[in-house]
Amino acid sequence: MKPLERSNVRVNASIPARAGVGLKPEHYRDILEENPDVGFFEVHAENYMGAGGPPHRYLEAIRERYPLSLHGVGLSIGAARRLDQAHLQRLKELVRRYEPGRFSEHLAWSTHENGFLNDLLPLPYTEETLHIVCEHIDQVQASVGCQMLLENPSVYVLLAESVIPETEFLREIAIRTGCGLLLDVNNVEVSATNAAYDPIAYINAFPIEHVGEFHLAGFAEAEDEAGERLLIDAHGSPVEPSVWSLYRQVLRRAGAKPTLIEWDNDVPSWSVLHNEAMKADLVLREVGEREQANAA
Amino acid sequence: MPLSLSESQTAFSAALLAPEIEAPANVIRPDGRRADRRFAIYRNNVAVSLIEALQANFPVTCKLVGEAFFRAMAGEFARVEIPRSPVLSEYGIGFPYFISSFRPAQDLPYLADVAAVEVAWNQAYHAADGAYLSSLEGLNEEELAKAICTPHPSVRFVSSPFPVCAIWLGHQAEQFSPPSDWKPESVLLVRPEAEVSLHVLQPGEFAFAQKLRSGERIEEAAIIALGIDPSFDPGAGLIKLLRAGAVSSIRTFESDEGE
Repeated sequence: MKPLERSNVRVNASIPARAGVGLKPEHYRDILEENPDVGFFEVHAENYMGAGGPPHRYLEAIRERYPLSLHGVGLSIGAARRLDQAHLQRLKELVRRYEPGRFSEHLAWSTHENGFLNDLLPLPYTEETLHIVCEHIDQVQASVGCQMLLENPSVYVLLAESVIPETEFLREIAIRTGCGLLLDVNNVEVSATNAAYDPIAYINAFPIEHVGEFHLAGFAEAEDEAGERLLIDAHGSPVEPSVWSLYRQVLRRAGAKPTLIEWDNDVPSWSVLHNEAMKADLVLREVGEREQANAA
Repeated sequence: MPLSLSESQTAFSAALLAPEIEAPANVIRPDGRRADRRFAIYRNNVAVSLIEALQANFPVTCKLVGEAFFRAMAGEFARVEIPRSPVLSEYGIGFPYFISSFRPAQDLPYLADVAAVEVAWNQAYHAADGAYLSSLEGLNEEELAKAICTPHPSVRFVSSPFPVCAIWLGHQAEQFSPPSDWKPESVLLVRPEAEVSLHVLQPGEFAFAQKLRSGERIEEAAIIALGIDPSFDPGAGLIKLLRAGAVSSIRTFESDEGE
């Protein structure tokens, strides 16, 4: 493998209100050879925290041609313990290196005294959690030096201590910290099914004015001990029709916003993934045209 | 009193890592009843994702024992050592040591050292990029003797009583080719450009390279290497390291003083 040529000239960092794709190493070459028309690429920050090597060569080559969004999966913003300062430092360094148009993380926790648990674990929605999450977001935004977006979680269980509805919890965080929100529409469908609430009521109650980005992905199905239908946030299949339908509904309230297609497991060929992004682009264009018609 | 967040997370994480413990009582279904089977989704996510992270970091170790054995062994390791950081490409530094004392793998005494080659490979792959020297042009023998080499940031070493480099290389293709000669091997791993390369070093070369890395002058490193192998040729040894891309720069004593 020859080193990739670096022109060191990058496209504008800002993320357009178009469909983007979660970048997978399997697709580096296809993307660099075909230069597909994609709004932006998003990567998991933790996959690019090594000091050097091929992952950075590819990401730099892609960053030169496309706006980039960084999506963290390891900050553990909802952990009771303090943020991992070494990890925060690596994140700051990554933001400095790539000048991403956006940085986002999850309303979840994943670390405890014994280390990193590598899953996005559910939080009880209480005043105590709200206080801790806001303090951590303040720290992250101060350290990284930009606004972050916080993503609504997918959950399989509820916690008995919870007293605040999730949409209110997220609204309060956005108001107190100035962070934006990332609305993962697949997570809404998954959590609404698993926690037995109406996804449309959730979307209608969502603090839409703070939303800066949408995520779309595929779920898998299972059953719990009572034979109840459970949805798993699997990211291993196409976006389901019910999620497309929710997405259209929420766009009516929110207007066109950057929208990411996530497909992290059983990664398909580039053309299959690109097709999903084109479907989202079509929906976004319809919304954009309607907005223009209304304005005129 | 409801649980504090810290108490709740301590109980949640303890139950995640110990399948024999039932789900904490505050983990419930929408109707308020216990959620053991739903909790098992998280437990499974953690276990499977950590096993997969190890499988990605140790592909040759996995080939040597087969996927079923590897996943069982990785699962045992993940129960005693979860990642210290969210950067999963760094997960498993303690895996070779774990393997060396993992009873079901005792019939494969070289397995732990092959895993150590994979730890070194991953570190070399993700190490900082850097320039490397390709010739000794402009340096005379006298200057060289007193010079200090700066190693490339990706340089790693593994030494084993088994032919670990041959085993590792033999498993890069679909069809495994066994080592032709069953002997100890010391390996230099380095990534001057995009690809990590492995080089077997003779005992003198290995001592020389290690001494250079720890900052000894070339002549001092050569004396130590000659003590280990009287037939060691310092000039050839240095050229071999240069050709591998393992030397970032050479600082001569005089130019050092002039700075």
